[in-house]
Amino acid sequence: MAKKAILELEDGTRYEGYSFGCEKSVAGELVFYTAMTGYPESLTDPSYKGQILVPTSPMIGNYGVPGEDTVNGIAKFYESEKIQCTALVITNYSENYSHWDSKFSLGSWLRHWDVPGLYGIDTRALTKKLRDCGSMLGRIIFDGEEVPFYDPNKENLVAQVATDKPFTVGEGRYKVVLVDCGKKNNIIRCLLKHDVTVKVVPWDYDFTNEEYDGLFLSNGPGDPAMCVATVEHTRKAIEQDKPIMGICLGHQILALAAGAKTYKLKYGHRGHNQPVIVPGTHKCFITSQNHGFALDEKTLPPDWEQMFVNLNDGTNEGIRHRSKPFFSTQFHPEASSGPVDTEDLFATFFNSMADYGKGR
Amino acid sequence: MEKADRILLLGSGALKIGQSGEFDYSGSQALKALREEGKYTILINPNIATMQTSEGIADVVYFLPITPYFVEKVIIKEKPDAIMLAFGGQTALNCGVELHTSGILKKYGVKVLGTPVEAIINTEDRELFAEMLRSIDVKTPRSEAVNSIPEALSVVKEIGYPVIVRAAYTLGGLGSGFCSNDDELIKLASTAFTYSPQILIEESLKGWKEIEYEVVRDCYDNCITVCNMENFDPLGIHTGESIVVAPSQTLSDHEYHKVRQIAIKIIRHVGIIGECNVQYALDPDSDDYRVIEVNARLSRSSALASKATGYPLAFVAAKLGLGLGLDEIPNAVTRVTSACFEPALDYVVCKIPRWDLGKFEGVSKLIGSSMKSVGEVMSIGRTFEEAIQKGLRMVGQGMHGFVCNSIHIADIDTELNNPTDKRIFAIAQAFDEGYSVDRLHEITKIDKWFLYRLEIIHRYRNRLRALESVDDLDAELLRGAKQMGFSDYQIGSTIFRGKDIDPHGKGDLIRARRKELGILPCVKQIDTLAGEYPALTNYLYITYNGDENDINFERDGKSVVVLGSGAYRIGSSVEFDWCGVTAVKKIQELGYRAIMINYNPETVSTDYDVCDRLFFDELTLERVLDICDMEAPLGVVVSTGGQIPNNLALLLDRRGVRILGTPAQSIDMAEDRQKFSQLCDPLGIDQPRWRELTSIGDIYNFVDEVGLPVMIRPSYVLSGAAMRVVSSADELENALNNAAVVSQEHPVVVTEFMQRTKEVEIDAVAQNGVIKCYAISEHIEFAGVHSGDATVVFPAQKLYYETIRGIIRISRKLAAALNISGPFNIQFLAKENALKVIECNLRASRSFPFVSKITKFNLIGMATEIMLGREVEPFGKTFADIDYVGVKCSQFSFARLLKADPVLGVDMASTGEVACIGDNYHEALLKSMLSVGHRIPSKDKGILVSSGPAYSKVEMLEACEMLAAKGYKLYATGGTAKFLEEHGVPAEMLQWPDAEVEPNIIDYLVNQKIDLVINIPKNHSARELSNGYRIRRTAVDHNIPLITNSRLARAYIYAICTIGLEGLSINSWEEY
Repeated sequence: MAKKAILELEDGTRYEGYSFGCEKSVAGELVFYTAMTGYPESLTDPSYKGQILVPTSPMIGNYGVPGEDTVNGIAKFYESEKIQCTALVITNYSENYSHWDSKFSLGSWLRHWDVPGLYGIDTRALTKKLRDCGSMLGRIIFDGEEVPFYDPNKENLVAQVATDKPFTVGEGRYKVVLVDCGKKNNIIRCLLKHDVTVKVVPWDYDFTNEEYDGLFLSNGPGDPAMCVATVEHTRKAIEQDKPIMGICLGHQILALAAGAKTYKLKYGHRGHNQPVIVPGTHKCFITSQNHGFALDEKTLPPDWEQMFVNLNDGTNEGIRHRSKPFFSTQFHPEASSGPVDTEDLFATFFNSMADYGKGR
Repeated sequence: MEKADRILLLGSGALKIGQSGEFDYSGSQALKALREEGKYTILINPNIATMQTSEGIADVVYFLPITPYFVEKVIIKEKPDAIMLAFGGQTALNCGVELHTSGILKKYGVKVLGTPVEAIINTEDRELFAEMLRSIDVKTPRSEAVNSIPEALSVVKEIGYPVIVRAAYTLGGLGSGFCSNDDELIKLASTAFTYSPQILIEESLKGWKEIEYEVVRDCYDNCITVCNMENFDPLGIHTGESIVVAPSQTLSDHEYHKVRQIAIKIIRHVGIIGECNVQYALDPDSDDYRVIEVNARLSRSSALASKATGYPLAFVAAKLGLGLGLDEIPNAVTRVTSACFEPALDYVVCKIPRWDLGKFEGVSKLIGSSMKSVGEVMSIGRTFEEAIQKGLRMVGQGMHGFVCNSIHIADIDTELNNPTDKRIFAIAQAFDEGYSVDRLHEITKIDKWFLYRLEIIHRYRNRLRALESVDDLDAELLRGAKQMGFSDYQIGSTIFRGKDIDPHGKGDLIRARRKELGILPCVKQIDTLAGEYPALTNYLYITYNGDENDINFERDGKSVVVLGSGAYRIGSSVEFDWCGVTAVKKIQELGYRAIMINYNPETVSTDYDVCDRLFFDELTLERVLDICDMEAPLGVVVSTGGQIPNNLALLLDRRGVRILGTPAQSIDMAEDRQKFSQLCDPLGIDQPRWRELTSIGDIYNFVDEVGLPVMIRPSYVLSGAAMRVVSSADELENALNNAAVVSQEHPVVVTEFMQRTKEVEIDAVAQNGVIKCYAISEHIEFAGVHSGDATVVFPAQKLYYETIRGIIRISRKLAAALNISGPFNIQFLAKENALKVIECNLRASRSFPFVSKITKFNLIGMATEIMLGREVEPFGKTFADIDYVGVKCSQFSFARLLKADPVLGVDMASTGEVACIGDNYHEALLKSMLSVGHRIPSKDKGILVSSGPAYSKVEMLEACEMLAAKGYKLYATGGTAKFLEEHGVPAEMLQWPDAEVEPNIIDYLVNQKIDLVINIPKNHSARELSNGYRIRRTAVDHNIPLITNSRLARAYIYAICTIGLEGLSINSWEEY
């Protein structure tokens, strides 16, 4: 029989579950996500740094976890080299998995990376609580060993997950500087489908004196206000005309650089089914999302406009400059996990680099 | 928005295998959407028992056949601007394609809303389809379309065996199958060619995973996938025959989205506006795939997906057809978000088919690439174990879940290799016998993940078995069992096995223990967004994998629980859904909240829009008690859902649940043969003589007393049909020795069988034992054809007044004696004014929607008022006030049931029904017959008459004369030909099948020289049986209309000859 452990929320609510991962007490911010597939991708997504993940899908682990193969020096199946979240809390766990390209069970993978996992918890009840009360701090307690509650948003999580030195991938014609605030590998994979070289640089790297054709601001964890250096460098970049694309945290950084403001959502958007609409049209896209902060569109300067809006709650999902080739999205066009309906935005970015190159 | 104010919608007609109640749901949803947009709607559907043909759904309803001829007539009359083809299954689609290609739609300026007809044709024609997908780099199975058998043989040389043969333009895989060699190919291809001029030879992907996506696209090119589904059974078993799970459980994110993207690519390329379904085969050992089918219309899968997700696909598709965008349609569940999203599920559903193969003589029980199931259930849980065990109980064939069943399969390897409807129980037995998951996977190709989960259930059963008493059942163990979907009954029967306690008593003990330990189920919502947004939804299920209810219960006694009818099956179908929904509406009208419990995804009653609260859950004693414990309702309605709720009445009553209407004890008295006879005898109500007997000797003695023929009903059947009539000593002996068990535990009921006797029914409603309204109908066929298969005329046209008075007198006596308050139905045998009661049901019968719609007086509405204690006024209309006639005909699905003998008997065989209205009996009959697939025979072909025993030869004589006079060519078998010649009717004699001499009947059938077969079974001699069987079966296999009853044949021929197609009036229901 699996070992029992307690999940405790900051309001004192306690749930009892069974362990299927590493048996150690941990603390973090509890967030739910509604995707029905993609736990290997989500667990390795640096944006989940410091968070205890609560998938609403009840049975997790069914198809195991793929192996550690790499392509171009980056993991083939994972979004970073390791599990990034603090813990995983689910309703029901499949120890026996079945998939042709899986190598491990989810439990053994969690144990390998020292990450706790609990099953036997009513994740729907937990999700409703997080929805009604907003994201909450929580901790997992093994053997009565209580670690203090911990708010990851008070820390610079980006510094913890980003690369600490620059490196280059690909040998294409156009050079993209990818500012790593906690990038998902699939951003690199999507860029490399075009004729580009990607130079991945640390979050606080000053790229403003570099030679490049396009600037890419990656996704990442936590509060964009923590990324002071990145915002500063981006502010210089938008004074020029070279194409810029941002995703998620990168979108918020671009907005802050433009002079807009961000705020924390009550419980964020995390899932594969978020609809966004192009303002003034009927054109909609289903997107993959994972963010707790958002841009306050009312603070957007006049030379910027909204590119996408969330169809469910009207929050901002993307911005673009009215005259320069700058745009960013709150959602994840690179998906992985999630729908790939907006992957064409990478082509948009690439084409604007190519156009810019012609004009130069 | 499209400019269309008058919209014609085609329904799907009678329920049949491959096309069932799901289209009542789709059509009803579409009509609701159209009315919401202010459109005038015209519906053609002869299926009178559906919700969509009820008042207030469409503006005008035509109970007419869905064929180009009738649709054109309605178009001329109603002048619609537009037509919708996607909501009536293959029937509506095929009819629409014909109307388009023949130019009728263009001629009358009728636009097709939604997906264009060209797009439909592209997906229906196999070759165009494959070519179209090739052009966008989407893989399809290697295949080629062929138009002849030699062509097929040459194609297979390239592809290699095994191959699958498919016929184009058919329902649910009709005429399809696997072939491993030339012989099998030739045989299958010849059948397939009779359904379709073109067939497809395809590479076999047997053993691959089968996955489906439901995709939606609007006119702005926005695309979403609403649901994906994974088949438990690998490819090779038709998706309609498979256990299906949603969402998929064994697909990685990469696979899920790769396949999703292909679905979107396809829907864009095809140009669907609305909904379509894409089916895939996925290689279980790589990421290779094939697209195997695209259905450019609402389908069984889309109804399932709607119920599985809470996303109303048909409703949305109808709005998209009007030119609205997905972003403009609100999410019906959250009401704050839009329809442009993809539902996130935080539960799992299992769809399990329901078969009734035991009802048919000779049918193969193997399940494969063509559909045989007659209905399905959907179960919801938060683990696969919970969902599958619930589902296996819901199917309702005496199983209690995956384990703890009394079923033994003689040879499990054979069963696993050649699956039948019992395969999942063979897996349970295999675990008993020590098979590993690997070994089972090797044999069955079922994904190991499913097998591991089943193994977990099996292991848990073993843990329960090890317990000595209920005290050993601690909270953790019991909770674990409940989380795996074990019922109290299942746990009870395991722990108390061998103990002398009534099975439900065992369940009660577990229930008591469970409550003592505080283990209670909780109620969760289906909200489309996995809890992300607060939802006002009333769409609920019950689970033990959770510890919090999503809703609060008022417990104010202002709610009424209505029990639904469960899986559609032979004998219980859409008519009971109509009764349930009608009761719900009336309950709401009277100011109560209506709570529906049902689990059939094909129904309108499981549309959460219909009631105040929908529990999509089991109709078991345990679950109904759970819900009553939570809701504290005023009471429970058991009389509108057919036999399942009826059987629960006494059990619920004994446990303190208030049964509304007729007392549970009365229901029991009517159900129990012995008690019912004891009631009838002193009242002077006659019944055919019957006895329940436990030895062969006693049976012979009883037969000596009443004389042959008799009807026998064994309680345990070894082979063949459960119920049969035996006419000779040989047959009796054969039935008792070979087909059934006769013993103390397995008694046989033997009933005197009355020949050449009329069968009459009364549907009525009573209050406190006094009849408040009634409807008397008669069968065209004599007794011996099950009332569910018979052709029913209402109001009865050919009864003596004295008979009618007798029926009313007996019905009054029974209503009073049983203190009936609610609906009931009595069936009588009538011969020269002598009446015998053969059945009495204290619930709504299958003919309630029929008689309610013909009289335009809602019998269920009145019954519901009575059940809620309202005083009602008697309904005054009598037969003479109704200036038209309704005729109800049965739909048979023999074509799908390979090898089954298409003959009618005392056990029911039809899968659906229609009813049409005419100014007179023959007009109504002709419309009705044309609605169930009969066609006016072509004069270029002939009519085969094999008229059976002497009396039916006489019965048929006048009809044959009429046919000859009309210029029809008659063919006949020896005796019939001679008889006709003697009476001056020209007929060409054809040889019996076994004569092997020209001109042989079989050749004439195969070569399509005959356009109607009338074959009246004569006697049960072996030769007669085999010859008759071959004629009937060949007719069915070659899609030639068949009639096996002389009284029906006579009436039908009379109608053809005196009225004809042109003589049929095109009147809407409202015009009568």
